[in-house]
Amino acid sequence: MDPVTGLTIFVLAVLVGFEIITKIPPTLHTPLMSGSNAISGITLVGALLAGEGYIGSTLAFVAVVMATINVVGGFFVTHRMLGMFRKKD
Amino acid sequence: MAQVFPPLCLAANEASMKDMLDEVSSLAPQSAWINLAYLLAAVLFVLGIKGMTHPRTAVRGNLTGSVGMLVAVVVTMVKVGGASGLALALVGLAVGGGIGGYLAVQVQMTQMPQLVAMFNGFGGGASVLVAGAELLRAATLPAVGLVAAAASGLIGAVTFWGSLVACGKLQELELFRKPLRFFGQQIASAALFLVSLLLAAWIVSGSEWAYLLLVCVASVLGVLLVTPIGGADMPVVIALLNSYSGLAAAATGFVIGNNVLIIAGSLVGASGLILTQVMCKAMNRSLMHVLFGVLEAAEGSPDADDVYEGKVKSTTAEEVGMLLDGCQRVVIVPGYGMAVAQAQHAVHDLASQLEAAGTTVEYAIHPVAGRMPGHMNVLLAEADVPYEQLKEMDAINPTLAQCDVAIVIGANDVVNPVARTDPTSPIAGMPIIDVDKARTVVVIKRSLSPGFAGIPNPLFAADNCLMLFGDGKQVMLDLVAAVKEN
Repeated sequence: MDPVTGLTIFVLAVLVGFEIITKIPPTLHTPLMSGSNAISGITLVGALLAGEGYIGSTLAFVAVVMATINVVGGFFVTHRMLGMFRKKD
Repeated sequence: MAQVFPPLCLAANEASMKDMLDEVSSLAPQSAWINLAYLLAAVLFVLGIKGMTHPRTAVRGNLTGSVGMLVAVVVTMVKVGGASGLALALVGLAVGGGIGGYLAVQVQMTQMPQLVAMFNGFGGGASVLVAGAELLRAATLPAVGLVAAAASGLIGAVTFWGSLVACGKLQELELFRKPLRFFGQQIASAALFLVSLLLAAWIVSGSEWAYLLLVCVASVLGVLLVTPIGGADMPVVIALLNSYSGLAAAATGFVIGNNVLIIAGSLVGASGLILTQVMCKAMNRSLMHVLFGVLEAAEGSPDADDVYEGKVKSTTAEEVGMLLDGCQRVVIVPGYGMAVAQAQHAVHDLASQLEAAGTTVEYAIHPVAGRMPGHMNVLLAEADVPYEQLKEMDAINPTLAQCDVAIVIGANDVVNPVARTDPTSPIAGMPIIDVDKARTVVVIKRSLSPGFAGIPNPLFAADNCLMLFGDGKQVMLDLVAAVKEN
C-alpha cells in the first residue's frame, strides 16, 4: 500500500472519530470504551492473515486467541451494560 | 502487463501463459471484493460508534459494530482459505471467544474497569504478535512497514503490560496495593523510551531481530509507567490505554497494508484520546501531571481538627426522614464509596419512595465519580435508575441553589468547596458539584476521613450540612424505612 494513501486514511479516520465521539454523552462513556475496545480487536484480521513457519504460526495463533477475547468479550459486555440503560416508565 | 508477458513468451508457451492470466484476472476481482467488504466493515464501525450518541440507539450501535467485525473476520477467513490454516484459525477463534464470552458474562459492574483494562491489554498484545509474525515472514517489508512494525511493537507492549498492571491495581491485588515509586523513576522511564526509539531506528535500518529487544524494553516501560499512578487517576490511565490499543491496531494496519485496521484503530485511538482529555479536565490535571507528577497533600493545608472541631453536626436517619418529608427537589450525589458499600439498589429504593411522595429526584454525576469514564452511570443503570435522572455536573450545578436536600453518599473530594476557594489546595480549580449551595446537605459517610486528595473537607463543618455516619447501605435502608413511616 502506498504510505501516503495509508496516512490519508489514518488522518481522515481520526478526524471522523473526533467528530462522532465528542457528541457521545458521559452517561455512555463506559459502554463507548468497552465497545470501541472491541473494535480495536480488529487486529484479529491481521492475526488471521499472519503466520508462516512454526514460530510465525504460533505467534499468529496466540494473537488470534488474544484478539478474539478482546472482540467477543468487548461486544458482549457492552451489550450487557447497554441493556441496563432504561427509560423512566 | 505487456512488459511482464511479452508476446514472444506468449507464443512460445501459450497454454501455461493463458492459465497464469486466468489466475491473475480471477485474483484481481476477488481482492477487490475483499477490500469492498473491508470498507463495509469500516462503515459499520463508524455507524456503530455513532449509535452510541444516545442510550436509545446504543444497543443497535453496538450490534452494528459487531456485525462489522463479523464481516471483516468472515471475509478474512475466505481470503486465507486452505483447510489447515482455517482449522487452526477456527480453534483460536473458539478458544478466544469462549474466554471472552465467559469473562463478559460473569463480570460484576463494579469490576468493569478491570475487565476493560484487561481486554485493552489483549488487543495491544495481539498487535505486538501480529507485527512480530509479519517481520518473521517478510524479510523485505518496505520502510513504512518496518516503521509501523516498530510502532506496533512499542505501543502494543506498553499497552499490554500497562493494562495488566492497571487491572491488578483496580482488582486491588496485594502486589499493587500501594503506588510503587522509586527515586529516578521518571528518568528511568524517559531513558527506556529513548532506548525504544533507538531500537526502532535499528529495526528500520534492517535489523529485524531488534524487534524482540524493543518489545522487552517497551514491556518494562509499560510496567514502569503505570505502577506509580494512584487509584484516583485510574480513569485517565484506562482511557489512555484504550487509545493506545487503537493506535497499536492502526500501526499493525500499516504493517500488513490493511485499511480496515487503520480505520478502526484510528477511530479507537481518537475515542480514547477524547476520553483521556475529558477525565483530565474533570480532575483539573494535565496528562503529563497524571503520568509523571505526584499528587501530594499540600503543605500548609489546614489541619482536620481545626476545620471540623465543634462544627460538625451529626444526625440520624429518622431526622433526615423528616427533613425529606415534603421536599420538592432532592439531588443525590453518588461517589465510588456508594458502589463499594453496594448501596445503589437501596439508593434507588429511597428515590422511588420520594418520587411516590411527589418529590423530584435527580442524580448529580461527577465525571470521575467511578473508576473509569461513565462508570457511575452504569452502576446506577444496573440498579434500574432511569437514565433521564442522571445529570451531568455542568447541567446540574446552576440549579443546586433550588435544591431542598442534597444527599452525598460515598463521595468526598468531588464535593469539596476548597477546590473553588483555596488556590493553594491540591485540588484547586478541580470542577466540583456545588452541593454546598443546596438548602441542606446530608453527607453519608463512615467517618470524617479524607478522600484521595488527603485533605479535610470544610463542607462537613458548614452550617447547612448534616453528617449521617455509617455504612452506606445500612444508612440507606434506615432512610427508606424512615421515609416510609412519614
